[in-house]
Amino acid sequence: MSAAKPRFAIVVFPGSNCDRDCHHVATELLGCDAEYVWHRDTDLKGADVVILPGGFAYGDYLRAGALARFSPVMESVTRFAMDGGPVLGICNGFQVLLEAGLLPGAVRVNRGLRYVCKDVYMRVENASTAFTRLYEPGQVVQMPVGHGEGNYTAPPETLTELEYEAGVVFRYCDETGRVTDEANPNGSTAGIAGIANREGNVVGLMPHPDRCAEGLLGNDVGRKMFESAVAALAPA
Amino acid sequence: MKVEVRVYPKAGVLDPQGRAIASALERLGHETVSDVRAGKIFFLDVEGDDPVAVEAEARKMAEELLANTVIEGYDVRIAAEP
Repeated sequence: MSAAKPRFAIVVFPGSNCDRDCHHVATELLGCDAEYVWHRDTDLKGADVVILPGGFAYGDYLRAGALARFSPVMESVTRFAMDGGPVLGICNGFQVLLEAGLLPGAVRVNRGLRYVCKDVYMRVENASTAFTRLYEPGQVVQMPVGHGEGNYTAPPETLTELEYEAGVVFRYCDETGRVTDEANPNGSTAGIAGIANREGNVVGLMPHPDRCAEGLLGNDVGRKMFESAVAALAPA
Repeated sequence: MKVEVRVYPKAGVLDPQGRAIASALERLGHETVSDVRAGKIFFLDVEGDDPVAVEAEARKMAEELLANTVIEGYDVRIAAEP
């Protein structure tokens, strides 16, 4: 038998609504342990991987993620991330990571002013982060999006740095992997769908790997994001 | 003291809401409008007698929470007491 499987912490803010999906992926599909961590708690319960799930934390009041970042749990998440712990922010969780400054940039209201809910294609631009190491570089994956504020932007120097340091993890593209304006669901700068910090342990994306993690749902390509974290922690 | 903090998209940052409002105004016949940026105003009641100190604190609030300074600018006004 190999060493014990990693333990997931799923952070729950008031208004999170994908926490159970993430818990299901970690426990039922990966066979790992997972604990919910309420936003007022500061104890990550010995987690090896932290997931900030999708939803509408604090009703998205003020700006998406703006109030959630002041939750007591975020101090622990920040410390965990600074120590190199793998942290994944999905959709609203990505917005929280941006507001908390754990990832650079910001999201604006979608270009079309509408909530966009559909399947999109993305190209894997960086297959060496804690959450993408099981994908092939350049692989085209299909995942669903569901958001009203996913229009990523950052100051020009930050964008240059992201491109230069391989901080762009996923880019919206068409079925063949071409990055086009038509394939961009929200107007995101340079088609950016997900990014990572320089160390690659903190990753955030607007699409939902948790909603395409098992064959029963018709698509299980998202499961590899969770499995990547498990593989990254496994002793070599 | 009555304090107003105005938060708005920075010039040069694409503002999809402002753009949609501009095109609606144009459709209504207001062809003189060439650009709109949509922001928000926070009306605060803040304790204190020193306008300089109150303004400094309001700026701190804007930096910390009210504005996302990556994409938004802000300004602070102390309203004159009636």
